[in-house]
Amino acid sequence: MEILGLYNYWVFGALLMIGFFALIARQNLVKKLLGLSIFQSAVFLLYISLAKVEGGTAPIILDPTAAEIFSNPLPQVLILTAIVVGISTTALGLAIVVRIREAYDTIEDDEIRRLDRRS
Amino acid sequence: MIVVFSLFLLSLLVVTAIAIVRSENLFSAVMLSGIFSLLMALNFFILDAADVALTEAAVGAGVSTVLLLGALALTPTEERRRKRERKVAATLVTVTMIFLAISYASFDQPRIGDPDAPVHRHVAPWYLEQTPELIDIPNVVTAVLGSFRGYDTLGEVYVVLTAGIGVLFLLSAGRPGLLPHRREPRIESSLKSHLIPHVVGRVLIPFIVLFGLYVQFHGEYGPGGGFQAGAIIAAGIILFALLEGEGAALKVLPPRVLVGLAIGGALLYLLVGVACMLLGGNFLDYSVLAADPVTGQQIGIILIELGVGLAVTGTLLSIFHAFAAREQ
Repeated sequence: MEILGLYNYWVFGALLMIGFFALIARQNLVKKLLGLSIFQSAVFLLYISLAKVEGGTAPIILDPTAAEIFSNPLPQVLILTAIVVGISTTALGLAIVVRIREAYDTIEDDEIRRLDRRS
Repeated sequence: MIVVFSLFLLSLLVVTAIAIVRSENLFSAVMLSGIFSLLMALNFFILDAADVALTEAAVGAGVSTVLLLGALALTPTEERRRKRERKVAATLVTVTMIFLAISYASFDQPRIGDPDAPVHRHVAPWYLEQTPELIDIPNVVTAVLGSFRGYDTLGEVYVVLTAGIGVLFLLSAGRPGLLPHRREPRIESSLKSHLIPHVVGRVLIPFIVLFGLYVQFHGEYGPGGGFQAGAIIAAGIILFALLEGEGAALKVLPPRVLVGLAIGGALLYLLVGVACMLLGGNFLDYSVLAADPVTGQQIGIILIELGVGLAVTGTLLSIFHAFAAREQ
């Protein structure tokens, strides 16, 4: 049972590396961006997992006098804003991919490099 | 029971991520990434992060899927067939090694949920203790986001705005002459001819926007706030655009209004900070906004959350329309 408390870390590591693999080994630029967002989600998961307190609840204090256990609000704040920033940067990446496709007529990394070398 | 459930959900995340990387059709990869986000939101919810789960569900499963589909309409949807490369095998080995190293390192980490972990002994207890006293709103996440770490949030809002400006610049430039008239002019693309999505969607839109407003203005008391509300309202209006066509949505909210919302929201946040300085406090120290410091804090948080909501709605919708306009 004790060992299951580490399961979140392993899932974090697995997701991180799956995203990293897509980023390196896939040539398609959209695929690379999807890999990047998996990588990002892995970090989100790590932060939120760290915030969890056994037997706690979401940090909303309805009755200040009651002795309740709350999870840590700080990592949640950091990730909350990071998610919205993440989608904006992904959108920026997608816009660049769209422009690359218009200029090169392909979104495969190695073909783009070949075209660049030829010109 | 909940332990088994959370282990199951975490395992599903890994399975979905592998499926995203393996699939050669980008369309199905994007759909899978929507599922991935929804699973992530469920995991966040189980881990007590209600605010984050709400954001992930609205942003990840809603807005981001639509943006990816908008980009796919402009790019090929099939990945080129992959050759078996030696490089891929080498990467796979490296990646597996790093995964094993991370797993090995995890044995030194505190167990998830351990109340004595270093992360819980730092500033978090202070936030939990002082929020009822200094700000007097139930949702500590909103209090930290809006007040204690308001400076941080200001920066994030400007990052979102900057990214939006970047997308508008990239996509509003003229097309290069390389691909003249590749695409046949598309028929006014909407789901008008599909009866069931049209009827169901029309009923849903007002409730989605209403829920967005509730999340915006109830963020001090329950899970919610400007970031979530902005994403939810943007998702509702994007649904409207998908059902009724691009033109109808732009008639309701023209691009100029959207850019105005984005910039106005970000400026509102900044101006609240400056107003605090003019009233004799520090930048973003809302206590001076009213005679009573606690009321001042609450006024400040409501104002900056409004700014965040406007900025996020404006930026996300501008980005969506920029992708959609590129198709025509």
